[in-house]
Amino acid sequence: MNEHVKNVTPETTDLSRRSFLVGTAATGLVLGYAGVPGIETAAAAAPASFEPSVWYAISPDGLVTVTCGKADMGQHIASTMAQIVCEELGAKWSDMRVQLASNDPKFNDPVLGAQITGGSWSTMMNFDAMSRAGAAGRIALTEGAAAAMGVPASELVVRDSMIVHPKSKKQMSFADVVKSGKATKTFTPDELKAIKLKTPDQYTMIGVSVPQLDIPSKTNGTAKYGIDVMLPGMAYGAIVTPPVRFGATVKSVDDSAAKKVPGFIKAVTLDDKTGTTSGWVVAVASTYANAKKAAQALKIAYDSGPNAKLSSQALLDEAKRLQGLEDSGQFFVKDGDPNAAFGSAAKVLEAEYTTSINIHAPLEPMNATAEFKGDILHIYSGNQFATRSGAIAAGAAGIDPKFVVMHQMWLGGGFGRRLDADMMIPAVQAAKAVGKPVKVIYSRENDMTMDFSRPLTYQKVKAGVDGDGKLIAISHDVVSAWPTARWGIPDFLTPSVDKKGPLDSFTVNGADFFYTVPNHYVRAIKNELAHNATPSGQLRSVAPGWTFWAVESMIDEIAAATGKDPAQFRISLLDGAGKNDGGAQRLRNTLLAAMGLSGYGTKQLPKGEGMGVACVSSQERATASWTACVAHVAVAPSGEVTVKKLTVATDVGTQVHPDNIRAQVEGAALWGLSLAMYEKATLTDGGIEQTNFDSYTPLRMSQTPEVAVAVIANGEKATGVGEPAVTVVAPAIGNAIFNASGARVRALPITAEAVKASMKA
Amino acid sequence: MPTLTINGRSLSVDAANDTPLLWAIREQLQMTGTKFGCGAGLCGACTVHVNGEAVRSCQTMVGDVAGKKITTIEGLSAKGDHPLQKAWIAEQVPQCGYCQSGQIMQAASLLAKNPNPTKEEVVAHMDGNLCRCMTYSRIQKAIMRAASEMRTASATSSERRPT
Repeated sequence: MNEHVKNVTPETTDLSRRSFLVGTAATGLVLGYAGVPGIETAAAAAPASFEPSVWYAISPDGLVTVTCGKADMGQHIASTMAQIVCEELGAKWSDMRVQLASNDPKFNDPVLGAQITGGSWSTMMNFDAMSRAGAAGRIALTEGAAAAMGVPASELVVRDSMIVHPKSKKQMSFADVVKSGKATKTFTPDELKAIKLKTPDQYTMIGVSVPQLDIPSKTNGTAKYGIDVMLPGMAYGAIVTPPVRFGATVKSVDDSAAKKVPGFIKAVTLDDKTGTTSGWVVAVASTYANAKKAAQALKIAYDSGPNAKLSSQALLDEAKRLQGLEDSGQFFVKDGDPNAAFGSAAKVLEAEYTTSINIHAPLEPMNATAEFKGDILHIYSGNQFATRSGAIAAGAAGIDPKFVVMHQMWLGGGFGRRLDADMMIPAVQAAKAVGKPVKVIYSRENDMTMDFSRPLTYQKVKAGVDGDGKLIAISHDVVSAWPTARWGIPDFLTPSVDKKGPLDSFTVNGADFFYTVPNHYVRAIKNELAHNATPSGQLRSVAPGWTFWAVESMIDEIAAATGKDPAQFRISLLDGAGKNDGGAQRLRNTLLAAMGLSGYGTKQLPKGEGMGVACVSSQERATASWTACVAHVAVAPSGEVTVKKLTVATDVGTQVHPDNIRAQVEGAALWGLSLAMYEKATLTDGGIEQTNFDSYTPLRMSQTPEVAVAVIANGEKATGVGEPAVTVVAPAIGNAIFNASGARVRALPITAEAVKASMKA
Repeated sequence: MPTLTINGRSLSVDAANDTPLLWAIREQLQMTGTKFGCGAGLCGACTVHVNGEAVRSCQTMVGDVAGKKITTIEGLSAKGDHPLQKAWIAEQVPQCGYCQSGQIMQAASLLAKNPNPTKEEVVAHMDGNLCRCMTYSRIQKAIMRAASEMRTASATSSERRPT
């Protein structure tokens, strides 16, 4: 596991210092982690702002409401948390409800110690805590029922929200027990730990595709997203952003024309001490339509700042320059001595791989509503990182973060974009300036040009093969902006192997693959120019979205250069030696599953068609979902590529909700396809050129191929599925193009021109 | 003040004639099921029906729809039980769900005219609606399921008609 996972341990997360508490209250049975052992049950039962955390409550009518501390951006994680609780609690699925948590630290992730949603971590890191929460509730209810019925608790059976005593045929519902007030039990951390959880053969909920609790509200318009928040007396803000992505400052604002717009209230130039935005102005008006008109009427003069002349090409040139320097960057992997091995190698291959800037573009444009009420700043916004975003909002307001209450909403797409808090800054400063609640909504143009994008990446990979065709060395340099370094949270960085200070492992994860290669270097090199000009973010799958593009393309190139079948070559490298034991074998098996499902190598394909494979250990070495893809493509003589089918296999250990896993894997694979073929952003004169869905063009229905998904659930611990399949698709397509046409592409997105040019070469 | 006929009700909105219908619906009438996605008619999230036709409400001005019959996701069915809505649940289509009001409204205008669409007709009709979660295959399946159920229902009701 990455260092950050172990390191982020604010005192609020240490379960050893807490008691798990079960108590009854007027509102029902409340369960959560109490800050102090032996705390009064009433305190927990009537939670106030700073009371101990609460994972779920059972009301006197028997409804079980689970509070989800994770952002739900379509991965149905709230429903998944409820499902895990439900399994051990023994409730009926139709009694389960979900609600979204505030930023109260009591809702922090039990492993990460913060409220952050990403990394495909949520199920993996909350499975145990939610299971124990569910089990503790069942034990408390059972003991309460035993007391009420006058029978031994050990003779009771719990199922479907009912507690039954088979011998006497007596029974009580959860609602009856809650109403009786007899469920009172406090669990010490040791008692919680000692609870014997179900074994997989006893599961009745885990592994069942129950109806997702959030879906009905997303078919009738009632699901509330951040953009839907309405507060009494609120005004609307439209932002005006400068022509450069970052570094501009506002010289002057002329609002004389804006003043003629009906309902115009004020133009507020942001004073952003958090350094998140630069040169932004927000036009505040009575309605959003008026705010937009006023924004368009503002005449703003800018100092364009230091990045105003930069282009994508300049960022790429700088990346190449940095890569060429002996002492650039820090080592993420340093095994053996590749440079010495290259000297004795029979064959050395070198290749450069690039990926473009990419934009998250969730369909709900960035937005936030801010309201000052007394000392408290209320923020309404769908966000993936309440812990940090609350602090940013506080910074924008000039107050202590403890006075910020974040109201979580459903997210109209996240994909990593809503880890950031930029949208809160104009809302906060506008609300402060006009003395009213303000909802700021980005236009799509704001959203695209001010994205915390997936950074432009440049990778150079050098590989050495010995006389027997054995891969003996890989040296892999990764040059990019560092998205996670931008957070300024040391715990999220990783110490470098060469002790040259921390590096952003979210730029190199994946490069530490499970192939056995005795001499292996991976160097993380920060492209400072790109880092400053295009502040980057975590885009669905983050580093493995580019590291595996390089690794899995190069592995294919080596197989071709040594006359081996690319799938068999991978299998030979996945021998499970040393540190790769376990993971390598699971990845090999997953690759075999994908090969089997796709019919890889079983039939002669028509001329111009081909299959390519790739396999990945995304997201991180310690949190991998073993994932493999076989892409089937057709390549026209023009270089035009048609993806006919994607077959994806993934080993998730334990599947909580099979249908949801398939939905997530399919969506992730199509994201991989979209990034591989259709999405490209460019920087010109310091600004992102693409402004809407006419120039930045994610996959549409007509471009969607068949996706076949095989899920391997082998009883290992549950892993995540939101991201890994994103990373495996681009290299599988690139390798399929090579198989079909002999053209090798090394730049994402793949263009017909590049394919054609490589065919000729 | 323009008066709009929305979901069978006549409602006056405090908005200039050149206000996009989208914002009048969302802010003035506080019906937030219709979503803002791109403001340029490129994504379909804001799709509503005007006289039965699917239109992009971000590109439709309030002044142009006075007197016309407007339907939003809130008015598609009385209880959220339009065959498409039921099919969306049966196929567990939504992920983030943000585009789905627009997808359902777009699909409803297809099925109203073509109860038995081919896959190609579905794709052609739906291609202007982006789903960033890429739930496209489930959207297709749900449309086919709803179409089939609507045909069955209509066949059943005509069979029951006294002769």
